[in-house]
Amino acid sequence: MMTDNPRQPGSLRQAWLVILLALLYGGALAATQTTLGPRIAENQRRETYRVIPTLVAVDGAAKVQPVTLALADGKKQEVFRVVADDGATAGWVLPAHGQGFQDRIDLLIGVTPDVATILGLYILDQKDTPNLGSLITEEPYLGQYRGMPTDPKIVVVTSAPTTTCQIRSVTGATISSTSVAEIVNRTIESLKTPIRRWRAENKP
Amino acid sequence: MSSSEPTAMERFINGILPENPIYRQLLGMCPTLAVTGAMKPAMTMAVSTAFVLIAANLMISLIRRLLKPHLRILIFTLTIATFVTITDRFLAAYLYEMSKALGPYVPLIIVNCIIISRCEICAATQGPFTAFCDGVGMSLGFALALASLATVREILGSGSWFGIMLLPKEWPHWTIMILSPGAFFALGLLLGLANWISRRRQEAAARQANEPY
Repeated sequence: MMTDNPRQPGSLRQAWLVILLALLYGGALAATQTTLGPRIAENQRRETYRVIPTLVAVDGAAKVQPVTLALADGKKQEVFRVVADDGATAGWVLPAHGQGFQDRIDLLIGVTPDVATILGLYILDQKDTPNLGSLITEEPYLGQYRGMPTDPKIVVVTSAPTTTCQIRSVTGATISSTSVAEIVNRTIESLKTPIRRWRAENKP
Repeated sequence: MSSSEPTAMERFINGILPENPIYRQLLGMCPTLAVTGAMKPAMTMAVSTAFVLIAANLMISLIRRLLKPHLRILIFTLTIATFVTITDRFLAAYLYEMSKALGPYVPLIIVNCIIISRCEICAATQGPFTAFCDGVGMSLGFALALASLATVREILGSGSWFGIMLLPKEWPHWTIMILSPGAFFALGLLLGLANWISRRRQEAAARQANEPY
């Protein structure tokens, strides 16, 4: 009897090339990352160290001291203590990251020595929509954070802010704007107590 | 390979002007409009796209006899994505500032229609040498188009070319030319110019053909 559906070859016979190429390309990408990863990390570290003094707005040559803190959940996180000429803490810079609209957002948050006020914000990396979500990297949006108290939490609004804890979102990029505020809130929340504890144990 | 398909030299020549991906095929408009505010990002994008295009064309051509019709687009995408990721990592390692300036446009090479169309039109049906020549020709055509747009936009918008000041200080920088509207103005004008030149050449060829001996 004739059949309308001729027998199809098995899935493996159809897809063997895709599987083989996926393995080959995966190996190539792993080799690329292994080779270039350290250099990319070094580029990011250099940029971080270049930006840190500008975030805390220190006059003169500031010293940057990496400090590893234990978080409440037992994890460790590295933060940067900016030391002024007289040896006092000029401020802290907290590396942070979280999900943006399209990809991960990496940023640095500058705060006062007592973690009570935000001194500045810098977006290290983001891949949100160009000329829309990417506007979170620019001064009109980032400048709003400067001088904000860290308590209560920052809230993103779509109209003109009416309180000191409000940030106006970038028009058409509410998700990107909210993502940054949430990353900042979460990072400060998790690091505020460990930093204050570190200060109490390591005066000045 | 059927005899009606273009030769390697024809593929190479066609990519540069007669089938220029930007001015004749209107493909790859996203990077064309987005990164041509200045020559440096435009040329970085041109070289990055050239690497991906040539490498993907070569790879697809080498495995063309193994391609299943219903899986070919998946394999094209897989191949292009791999080369794009390698390019992106390379830029982040060796041209960090430029990589940051180009932002998502390097990863977006994955969806550049020029590359997938060359895989489909040439690499999936012709040998590696022809596919290589096609990739080089199309890459040169793409680079020429980006360079022409970036030249107009950078000179009028910033008074410079490759960062070197060309116009006098008195030049009132037309900032709009390095912004998004300037990309559309410049592309529209250059497309019009390309069409005008093309029509003139066709008319001249027709006149020559009709001339009595």
